[in-house]
Amino acid sequence: MASFGNAFSSSIGKKLIMGITGLFLILFLIVHCFINSLIFLNDGGLTFNLGAHFMATNWLIRGSEVILMVGLLLHIVQGLRLTFQNQASRPVKYAVNDGNANSKWYSRSMGLLGTLLLIFLIVHLSNFWVVSRFTGIPTTDANGHEDLYAVMRETFQNVWIVILYVLAMASLAYHLLHGFASAFQTLGWNHKKYSPLIKGFGVWYSIIVALLFAAMPIAVHTGLIK
Amino acid sequence: MSTGNMNLTLKIWRQKNNKAKGNLVDYKISEISPDMSFLEMFDVLNEQLINKGEEPVVFDHDCREGICGACSMYINGRPHGPKEGITTCQLHMRSFKDGDTIVVEPWRAKAFPVIKDLTVDRTAFDRIIAAGGFISVNTGNAQDANALPIPKFQADLSFEAAACIGCGACVATCKNASAMLFTSAKISQLALLPQGQPERYRRVQSMVAQMDAEGFGNCTNTGACEAECPKGISLENIARMNRDFYSAKFVSEEEV
Repeated sequence: MASFGNAFSSSIGKKLIMGITGLFLILFLIVHCFINSLIFLNDGGLTFNLGAHFMATNWLIRGSEVILMVGLLLHIVQGLRLTFQNQASRPVKYAVNDGNANSKWYSRSMGLLGTLLLIFLIVHLSNFWVVSRFTGIPTTDANGHEDLYAVMRETFQNVWIVILYVLAMASLAYHLLHGFASAFQTLGWNHKKYSPLIKGFGVWYSIIVALLFAAMPIAVHTGLIK
Repeated sequence: MSTGNMNLTLKIWRQKNNKAKGNLVDYKISEISPDMSFLEMFDVLNEQLINKGEEPVVFDHDCREGICGACSMYINGRPHGPKEGITTCQLHMRSFKDGDTIVVEPWRAKAFPVIKDLTVDRTAFDRIIAAGGFISVNTGNAQDANALPIPKFQADLSFEAAACIGCGACVATCKNASAMLFTSAKISQLALLPQGQPERYRRVQSMVAQMDAEGFGNCTNTGACEAECPKGISLENIARMNRDFYSAKFVSEEEV
């Protein structure tokens, strides 16, 4: 009987898992960033709360949330495994190694950047996700929806949380700066006609998503948006 | 032979054998000509060491014209030194300044154990080739050269991949000591030609399996290998290998 054999345990298969889950997370970030950007409408979070209400109640979205969590876990576990395996592939390190001569520092620091994001993620999920899905959002807004925006406002009163979020978004920017194009290369999508587009789009995507996310806690904390 | 005026400090990795613990040893060398190649400078050093009754530094070299892939020195943190597109033997002392300190280390990877000093065991590459980097043909008269039409574009791509000399600079510079650039070049050179088609998907699976078994790391697409490759082997080859691997594993019904 034909089987997939070692397809996923081989070096290329492990990369494939990182690439596919990475691209899936990139798609998720677009949705997440779009809905959160609704706070910039400056309507006291009414539209944002509507968006959050939809995300929390639509069965298709809730189903995708399960896939998201599985994908996220796969990306984290596989990423950590790969990082340790790769380090073990060079037991004796170089006394002098000029890495910057041939590659970008962030492309060599995906494990580190990812770990910083993981720490952020634990804080972030306990700030919002646990509240909205489990412990419950205490108040409702004028439209009668759960007032997630109020939770946001309260969370971002703490300047340390704001600093953590902004630093995490810097990590995210660099993680994506390498990860976006890298995922396509891993999938084998290296093409003279498309690769420059993918790389260019990846740079814009990384910067815009990270800037938008970083602007949220700053805008809320400083009272730029009410 | 020493007719120049360069004075250098060399920090060279000395290691008695595979089991011994090595360390960097300082050597002062003077009157080096800027026109000497890096390996000629090592020849001068070794002559001096032999005259002093010391053990010369063991290093790999053969053709000394950049085509055999034998030389393998990690110079000041880069494989084959500071210049791009050349091997260590093509590096000249004019690339350094009088008074420089130059650190020379062997390739470092679990799959490339040190044999002695700067010489490492690269037979892992040979085993990857032996696992499938060939085509099976019946012997006999050579076929007519034009019997199989091959478009020039395709032939050129194949030739670019075939330019790989297997020196191991890609592994040496990769932060993961991954051999994907080498393996993908050896897979691509055949995958791009009609003669390589019958065994194409069998080949990619067995060569990747051997590469993994040798203990090389996993590729993270940093691009360091491509930047340091003396023959300019492109990352496109890794993407092609990945595509062939997925085809073999997820599309082909043939078991390997």
